Amino acid sequence: MIPAPFDYVRADSVDDAIARLREDPEGKLLAGGHSLLPAMKLRLARPSTLIDIGRLRDLAYIREDGDRVAIGALTRHHDVATSELLRQACPIVAHAASVVGDPQVRHVGTIGGSCAHGDPAGDLPSVLLALEAEFVARGPSGERTIPASGFFTSLFETALAPDEVLTEIRVPRTSGGWAYLKFNRRAIDWAIVGVAAVRANGGVRVGLTNMGLTPLRATGVEEAIASGADPAAAAARADEGTAPPADAFASDEYRRELAKVLVRRALEQVLA
Amino acid sequence: MAATETFVGRSVLRKEDPELLTGRGRYTDDLSVPGMLWMAVVRSPFAHARIRGVDVTRALAVPGVVAAFAGSDFRWAGPLLMAWPVTEDLKNPPHYPLATDVARYQGDGVAVVVAESRGAAMDGAEAVQVDYDPLPAVTDVEAALAEGAPLVHEDLGTNESFTWSLTNGDVDAVFASAPIRIEERYRIQRQVPNAIEPRAILVEPNIATGQFTMWDSTQVPHVVRTAMALATGISESKLRIIAPRVGGGFGSKLQVYPEEALALELARRLGRPIKWTETRSENFLATHHGRDQVQRMELAADERGKIVGFRAHILANMGAYLRIISPGTPVLGAFLYCGAYTGEAYQVTLTGVFTNTTPVDAYRGAGRPEATNAIERAIDALARRVGKDPVEIRRINFMPPFTEATPSIGGLTIDSGDYHATLDKAIELFDLEQLRKEQRARRERGDVRQIGIGLSTYLENCGWGPSRVIGNVLRYAGGGWEAATVRCHPTGKVVLVVGTTPHGQGSETAYAQVVADELGIAVDDVDVLFGDTDVAPSGWDTYGSRGAAVGTPAVHRAARRVREKARAIAAHELEVAEDDLEWSDGAFRVRGAPDQARTIPQIAFSAWTGHNLPDGVEPGLEASSFFDPENLVFPYGAHICAVEVDTETGATRVLRYVAVDDVGTVINPMLVEGQVIGGVVQGIAEALYEEALYDESGNLVTSSMQAYGLPGPPEAPTIITGSHVTPSTTNELGIKGVGETGTIASPPAVLNAIVDALSPLGVTEIERPATPEKVWRAIQRAKGERA
Ligand SMILES: Cc1cc2nc3c(=O)[nH]c(=O)nc-3n(C[C@H](O)[C@H](O)[C@H](O)COP(=O)(O)OP(=O)(O)OC[C@H]3O[C@@H](n4cnc5c(N)ncnc54)[C@H](O)[C@@H]3O)c2cc1C
Repeated sequence: MIPAPFDYVRADSVDDAIARLREDPEGKLLAGGHSLLPAMKLRLARPSTLIDIGRLRDLAYIREDGDRVAIGALTRHHDVATSELLRQACPIVAHAASVVGDPQVRHVGTIGGSCAHGDPAGDLPSVLLALEAEFVARGPSGERTIPASGFFTSLFETALAPDEVLTEIRVPRTSGGWAYLKFNRRAIDWAIVGVAAVRANGGVRVGLTNMGLTPLRATGVEEAIASGADPAAAAARADEGTAPPADAFASDEYRRELAKVLVRRALEQVLA
Repeated sequence: MAATETFVGRSVLRKEDPELLTGRGRYTDDLSVPGMLWMAVVRSPFAHARIRGVDVTRALAVPGVVAAFAGSDFRWAGPLLMAWPVTEDLKNPPHYPLATDVARYQGDGVAVVVAESRGAAMDGAEAVQVDYDPLPAVTDVEAALAEGAPLVHEDLGTNESFTWSLTNGDVDAVFASAPIRIEERYRIQRQVPNAIEPRAILVEPNIATGQFTMWDSTQVPHVVRTAMALATGISESKLRIIAPRVGGGFGSKLQVYPEEALALELARRLGRPIKWTETRSENFLATHHGRDQVQRMELAADERGKIVGFRAHILANMGAYLRIISPGTPVLGAFLYCGAYTGEAYQVTLTGVFTNTTPVDAYRGAGRPEATNAIERAIDALARRVGKDPVEIRRINFMPPFTEATPSIGGLTIDSGDYHATLDKAIELFDLEQLRKEQRARRERGDVRQIGIGLSTYLENCGWGPSRVIGNVLRYAGGGWEAATVRCHPTGKVVLVVGTTPHGQGSETAYAQVVADELGIAVDDVDVLFGDTDVAPSGWDTYGSRGAAVGTPAVHRAARRVREKARAIAAHELEVAEDDLEWSDGAFRVRGAPDQARTIPQIAFSAWTGHNLPDGVEPGLEASSFFDPENLVFPYGAHICAVEVDTETGATRVLRYVAVDDVGTVINPMLVEGQVIGGVVQGIAEALYEEALYDESGNLVTSSMQAYGLPGPPEAPTIITGSHVTPSTTNELGIKGVGETGTIASPPAVLNAIVDALSPLGVTEIERPATPEKVWRAIQRAKGERA
């Protein structure tokens, strides 16, 4: 519970952070620290330098951006959860942020950190995947936009290059039904399985939390709904293409069953 | 004038809270002394491995590291104290602070590093090179007893440490002739006590005097002092153990640990203060665990469900070594496999088994939650078998009400009890009828979310004593008495010194209430000192619900002695005979002339100056008591709980919980309620969430706060408490004990409720903890059996 030795620098801008990342390839950005510091305390992560971007408050915002809402990467879960704008324009994001950990975690952890960490058990990633959100990254050669479908690449891995900073996440305005069902044992726990469902273009898009190495789209379910199946029949395909983990909390078999039950319930809610 | 208000029986706010709640409480980790070094322990990552060599060279090269030692660098005066050899032929391999040849559980210490900072000590520990030769490991009791199992202690030739048994009546005959026999099998999972404050130690040597002061986050400074003398050879007179504020223990700090002996030995060796604070990860691996039994519980009964025979066969996991009371822990429950019920024959067999796991020892309830689980789950199974309601079957089996000590079929002599009374009251508070109606409605409409109602009526034994019984009959090496001294300052303010070591219970407040009433002063005028072997040299500390039941009578007697001495002085000053004085309204008053009076503060001043004392009366106003109880005390009660189970996912939550307990005389209802609620929440977590789970090779899988299931506020339902009082006949105050009732009663109530919810689906048993997946699997299994 005492990390290995490391250096600490505070970045005074995104460009400064990028420069620091280039200087020390073993360096790591520090946002809320609520994923990175626990790993360091267990000596599972041993960055040589912590580049603190936590104080770049100009990356903490939630604002309208045409038919989208733009969320700064350093916006804290609590601010996402309580944003009036999000509650109206894209309520599933606010709701998902409200079920992350506990109040202490939500007041420190950031949406950018949640995504950049690439944890398939995180609540926001599957929601953002279902929303087909966009991720804005800045690196030495400027800014680029990454679609959600290409952002989460593997377990704790994303499309971000080692010297890129995630700066913004853009979510569409939604008008139809939505549901994020998080199944966990205790309120503070990560999801054993989570299911995000949103209505879009007449169909339904479904994201799955903790059903594989990355957050996943339940494409089988989406197809079934598109071709007129009822929620129960569509939900039976919830685990298609998934590879759920088996751990101290649940077996993979149980996770598959949970996914089916939760997808059916989410669909019933969304289509009601 | 004297305070006219009295305090016992009232919810006086906790004296200790202003300090604790404003962060002014000083815990061991808050302390530092000049020149202090930090210690870090190198622990085996393997559950079982031969240690081929330990090389500390690289550790010594880490900046800040001062010294590093392997287990073989120490010569101990004796092993760590094991104080409860429950049988004569018990096998107890000596346990030294560091392993030398073989590491026997994941977390077993193999080397130690000392450095100028905590970080450097940990970096040094990481740099120690240990050459391990991994060996096959065994973690499960049944596997450990199987032919060809890996041996935890090879030289013993077996993993069995002891078998202890108790028989009352002709068990075989009773079972042979009974028309109904049931046999149930339960697994009590292992738990991690998880006190909020991890262990911490600071040892300061005085190289001139040879004295050592050890600040220690422990429940048992007195026991630690003796055990340290035995392990290191340092005389007890040179050891001062101080338990400052201690953030909970739940039994995990009644232990004597390797780190205590190591820190003391290193302070002696290096001549510098040594500090160690356990990390949470270490707490999971190296602080003792609790529970972990496989139980076979049999009941013999007539067709109506009246029980005639009880037979329990228990395999108790001891872990890798016997620790201070590991073998005694199951024995603490051995008399309770009959619950509060009558019968004609009783038999319990306990087998203690070594495994490659963290040592197992007392955890809140110690042995009694296990016993209560067996009988309270089994009596529900019997009820189902004979077609009786769980309430009715308990009523026909209860011991009838009694106010004088009465023998039980389990071999105890119970102080007092009225088991029907607590059950009736619990049913009333719970609104059983209304919940049964709701349950029926949901069953009829096939609701996905079913309701279940579970009952647990328990009887327990606590208030550890009397010394001659626990010593001579139960073979416990320690004493069961308690000590207190009441000392009046010249102004009449009082210092109370106790031999118990409260660590969160609120005992300071309860004791002060008793002293205040006895001496006619205010609670705020009583300061309570404890937890320092120089300040309170005599006592057996706090565990096993003994703080109130054994500690308070000592406090009360000491205060009474002070008052009796004051009576003589008051009579002298008032120029009347002692018999002409009566104690009323907080003062000695002349009979018939109540205005002629002396208060304790007045007498205290007289006793202090000594100007006008009666002949033969010594100056000073101070008295002590050593109280050794005549018997244990026997709290009991009835807990009822309603759960809602999502039959598609297995998710279970507690909807409603009622606890009605008889803990004898209540000194402070708020403290009692706090103990009950805390214990019940802990027990709900035992039923639903918590498990120390090992994998095949002996790795502790649930070794973090993330993976282990401690409950938080959202998991705690509203708990309604009620009480019924039959004063204990064991002590003059009628006190029983309340520290452990909650964890003893609650797990079977929750588990019985889950089975009740699912019984229409054909579920008859649910494994602990009842995680969503286990509940879901039980439902699938029952469906499969029906199909
Ligand atoms: C007790 C507890 C409970 C929790 N429960 C949940 C839960 O239920 N659900 C859930 O989803 N999460 C949960 N979390 C995780 C929490 O949401 C974290 O805050 C979040 O995962 C990471 O955000 P952070 O700002 O703390 O990131 P950090 O820990 O600071 O960083 C995480 C990783 O992302 C990188 N990073 C951070 N920001 C950027 C950026 N802008 N650009 C590029 N890389 C970046 C860092 O270098 C690091 O590798 C919990 C955490 C704790 C401690």
